[in-house]
Amino acid sequence: MSDIADKVKKIVVEHLGVDESKVTPDASFIDDLGADSLDTVELVMAFEEAFSVEIPEDAAEKIATVKDAIDYIEKQKAA
Amino acid sequence: MSGTATNGRRVVVTGIGVVSPLAVGAELTWKRLIEGQSGIGRITHFDPSELPAQVAGQVPDGPTAEGGLTLSDWVPAKDQKKMDRFIHLGLAAAIQAVEDSGWMPEDEDGRCATGVMIGSGIGGLQTIYDASLTVSSGKARRLSPFFIPSALINLISGHLSIRYGFKGPNHAVVTACATGVHAIGDASRLIQYGDADVMVAGGAEAAICSLGIAGFCSARALSTGSNDDPTKASRPWDKDRDGFIMGEGAGVVVLEELEHAKRRGAKIYGEIGGYGLSGDAYHITAPAEGHNGAFRAMKAALRNSGGLTTADIDYVNAHGTSTMADDLELDAVERFFGDDAKRLAMSSTKSAIGHLLGAAGAVEAIFCLQAIRDGIVPPTLNLDNPARESVIDRVAHVAQQRKIDVALSNSFGFGGTNASIILKRFKD
Repeated sequence: MSDIADKVKKIVVEHLGVDESKVTPDASFIDDLGADSLDTVELVMAFEEAFSVEIPEDAAEKIATVKDAIDYIEKQKAA
Repeated sequence: MSGTATNGRRVVVTGIGVVSPLAVGAELTWKRLIEGQSGIGRITHFDPSELPAQVAGQVPDGPTAEGGLTLSDWVPAKDQKKMDRFIHLGLAAAIQAVEDSGWMPEDEDGRCATGVMIGSGIGGLQTIYDASLTVSSGKARRLSPFFIPSALINLISGHLSIRYGFKGPNHAVVTACATGVHAIGDASRLIQYGDADVMVAGGAEAAICSLGIAGFCSARALSTGSNDDPTKASRPWDKDRDGFIMGEGAGVVVLEELEHAKRRGAKIYGEIGGYGLSGDAYHITAPAEGHNGAFRAMKAALRNSGGLTTADIDYVNAHGTSTMADDLELDAVERFFGDDAKRLAMSSTKSAIGHLLGAAGAVEAIFCLQAIRDGIVPPTLNLDNPARESVIDRVAHVAQQRKIDVALSNSFGFGGTNASIILKRFKD
């Protein structure tokens, strides 16, 4: 797993208070990890802060799973 | 209350919950209170050394079984940061009260007949402070989406209703230091009028933060002369009193329509015997000479009592904050009770726990119920030299055994808002 993936996973565990084993790439924040809409807003903010990236609202709306977040951040960092 | 609107519905208390500077737990708080313990100490929530007032009544941390606050026993870890401390404390008291009552509606009708009315004087002050720092450092876009729901006063009611599925009236009182009494009184009326059969009601406060202490210091409301001797700082009616001591905590009761409580065999602590409200229309922080507002609130409570007189009232839990206003309340109580003042006991439990602002009235109403149950009047600590004499026994230093069938509790708030509530022994 990349550094980015590790860090994303850690943030998700911390913010949603879920067990690390549940934070699989395909896990949906809302359907699998118990987040509500406000949790996902906070999660996106935490990603922005941790990775020094801007995640505009229309992009944030498409981030539904752990993998979505990792892919988006990796793409931003590569650009 | 008379007339047909209430259909003679009587309201009893079937559950109690307290979080106080003496303990987390209604019975442990009460035990320590009547032993004469003090919950006042030097402020540790933040460094108070820049401020003139440096003592307060903070809820002790520690294992739940020993009366300490272990937050994870009340609020799941992942939800804690979505709520200000006043919500944490309010939920801890409310959960105690609900579990104590044993009321858990099993069908939709029951859920819809169960409401919540838990208020606060100030709300999430520390949360607002922290958020303003985020904004002022240019990070407005980084403000947590939980900032607003963490600070809003009605969110104790909100969280509690979600936790238990209570779908009845969902309300919250905000009347400064009268909040707790107003919540219990107004919630009782919702039951009397049939809007609910059960109401979980009370108040919570957690304003021992730099902004809260500094604000009340600026208003010249807090004691500053006992920073080196914290347990002596809160001294209602004493000639050396020099301001109130801020406390934090929560008090919550489960109010229930009498027949509803009887049908399920609930334990009954006592009955709501009367409730009265008034306004001073005088000054934003000071009561008027003679405290006419207090007098009228007590009179209104008696008027709504279904025939009680001042001769029936055995104990008054005073507002008694350890300020100059103590004597104005004393004037009003003496005037209101007339000849009956001679046989009255009156104490200020703020001498032991400080002033819990929006939680004060609810915690003190619970003390009244415990006083009725156990036949014990809690003491007024530090009343060494009364600033003025009175025929009323103010229960200095040590608790007294005394038969109490009816108790009255006063709460007065900034803005000139006054409330009195009468609690009485339940007799079928």
